[in-house]
Amino acid sequence: MNENEHMSATARRDRVLRILLPILTILVGGVIWHLVVRINDIPPYVLPGPGLVARTLIADWATLWDSLLVTLVTTFQGLLLALIGGVGLAILFNLSRLVEYAFYPYAVILQVTPIVAIAPLLLIYLPQHLAVLACAWIVAFFPVLANTTLGLNSIDHNLRDLFRLCGATRWQVLFRLKLPAALPYMLEGLKIAGGLSLIGAVVAEIAAGSAGAGSGLAYRIAESGYRLNIPRMFAALLLLSIAGIVIFFALSALSHLALRRWHESAIERES
Amino acid sequence: MSGAAIVRLSGVGKTFANGTAAIERLDLDVREGEFLTLLGPSGCGKSTALRMIAALSEPTRGTVSWSDANGRGLAPGTIGFVFQEPTLKPWATVAGNVALPLKLKGGDAGQIAARVSDALARVGLSDFAGSYPRELSGGMKMRVSIARALVTDPKILLMDEPFAALDEITRFKLNNDLMAVSSALRMTVVFVTHSVFESAFLSNRIVVMTSRPGRVFAELTIDAPYPRAEAFRTSPEYAAFCRRASDALSQAMESRPMEAKAVEARP
Ligand SMILES: Nc1ncnc2c1ncn2[C@@H]1O[C@H](COP(=O)(O)OP(=O)(O)O)[C@@H](O)[C@H]1O
Ligand SMILES: [Mg+2]
Repeated sequence: MNENEHMSATARRDRVLRILLPILTILVGGVIWHLVVRINDIPPYVLPGPGLVARTLIADWATLWDSLLVTLVTTFQGLLLALIGGVGLAILFNLSRLVEYAFYPYAVILQVTPIVAIAPLLLIYLPQHLAVLACAWIVAFFPVLANTTLGLNSIDHNLRDLFRLCGATRWQVLFRLKLPAALPYMLEGLKIAGGLSLIGAVVAEIAAGSAGAGSGLAYRIAESGYRLNIPRMFAALLLLSIAGIVIFFALSALSHLALRRWHESAIERES
Repeated sequence: MSGAAIVRLSGVGKTFANGTAAIERLDLDVREGEFLTLLGPSGCGKSTALRMIAALSEPTRGTVSWSDANGRGLAPGTIGFVFQEPTLKPWATVAGNVALPLKLKGGDAGQIAARVSDALARVGLSDFAGSYPRELSGGMKMRVSIARALVTDPKILLMDEPFAALDEITRFKLNNDLMAVSSALRMTVVFVTHSVFESAFLSNRIVVMTSRPGRVFAELTIDAPYPRAEAFRTSPEYAAFCRRASDALSQAMESRPMEAKAVEARP
């Protein structure tokens, strides 16, 4: 076997392991869960086994699917607004230092105040749907803002000088230099924001749920909790974390697609 | 072959905000059509001088004035600048990078494409128009950078140690190609280097600088005819030019420790 074949065989085995191993550990976790419930004879209203959770997921699919859609729509709206708001604000900060000095503190305040504490307040002032959306937006926009700001400031100084020599306007510098240079940072921020937007939506739905209103997946969890329908609670929780994983991978794939031709982070090195 | 001064530095000094005096009383004319090299040790203010010639930086003393053959000032886009690093946009293809100065000025897309492929042909990169910078070697990236500087047909080409990071074989090859391009286009070039061999091969005129603060130490004229071929590199003439430049450079570098000694000698 020559060197090259050897390398590619190792690479192939590595790729298979990367997919197989997580599946295996999850399966093992499921089996242990099942055994713990079975051996200790734990009643389903304390801890349902994986089989029961799966059966509940199928039985309640119609309700859960509708609720999942509600939560996902809120999450994506929050993410979209976070992207627009975060990038827009980062551009504004970049164009004017004074605007940055004046408004950056607000961004930080929104970021550091726990969303759990803000959600009940927003529910008082806003219609329920808007309050949930606002929560998703608040937690999601900061990573987009912070990363884009960093990206806009990380341009190559010589390239900036070259633009100056060519007599470029500030808009040309923004659109042809700063924004493309900031793209990898922005996408990284978006990846973080995706998970956070889901969390923001869930937190607000739980808060809304305690007021007896709502239709999202997190509301279903709260509602099932009140009714001691623990298997359904687990089923909704399972859906929620699958949704989170899918969002993360979708945003990673988007980032990879956008950067694969040029950015170091997206390039697979051939050895 | 060299004509009127198109850039004139008179009594130019540059002290940075942190107190570093990079250049002190620099008098220098860049004449139309000449290949001028600033030769000096690292830190003697060559880049600073070049940036002031490009109006990327303001002198703190003296004046820098620009004029074309008709006495008018140089407009943006009439200066081509090649940095020590290739300084390419990683997100754009080779053609996209070379097109940048033209796109910033605006203009007909077809015409831009034609000029870009001309410039790429000049540096021998026609086959790589669609490649991304990361797919190219260091020497090829530098060629792209040169093509980008040539694409606007600049009045004056400023090059800041463009080949310093390349291996010797690539460097010689690029020296030959630069020689061919600059003599074909009859361009005014200001070239910064710390390599004696490079400066003697390329220039009409070498200005040797001393460091801290930067000043002109000596001036040499290399009057071998253009274009100079690979054979010039092995000629006794070239060897003599190199020796003269090298002597001037080592004297320039020695003039510093002597100053330092004089300071130490004080009570
Ligand atoms: N932006 C700057 N701020 C402060 N000092 C600088 C700056 N640029 C260059 N210098 C200093 O000026 C001197 C000359 O620098 P430079 O022109 O880059 O030299 P060279 O190109 O000949 O190596 C050096 O001592 C350097 O540290
Ligand atoms: Mg330098």
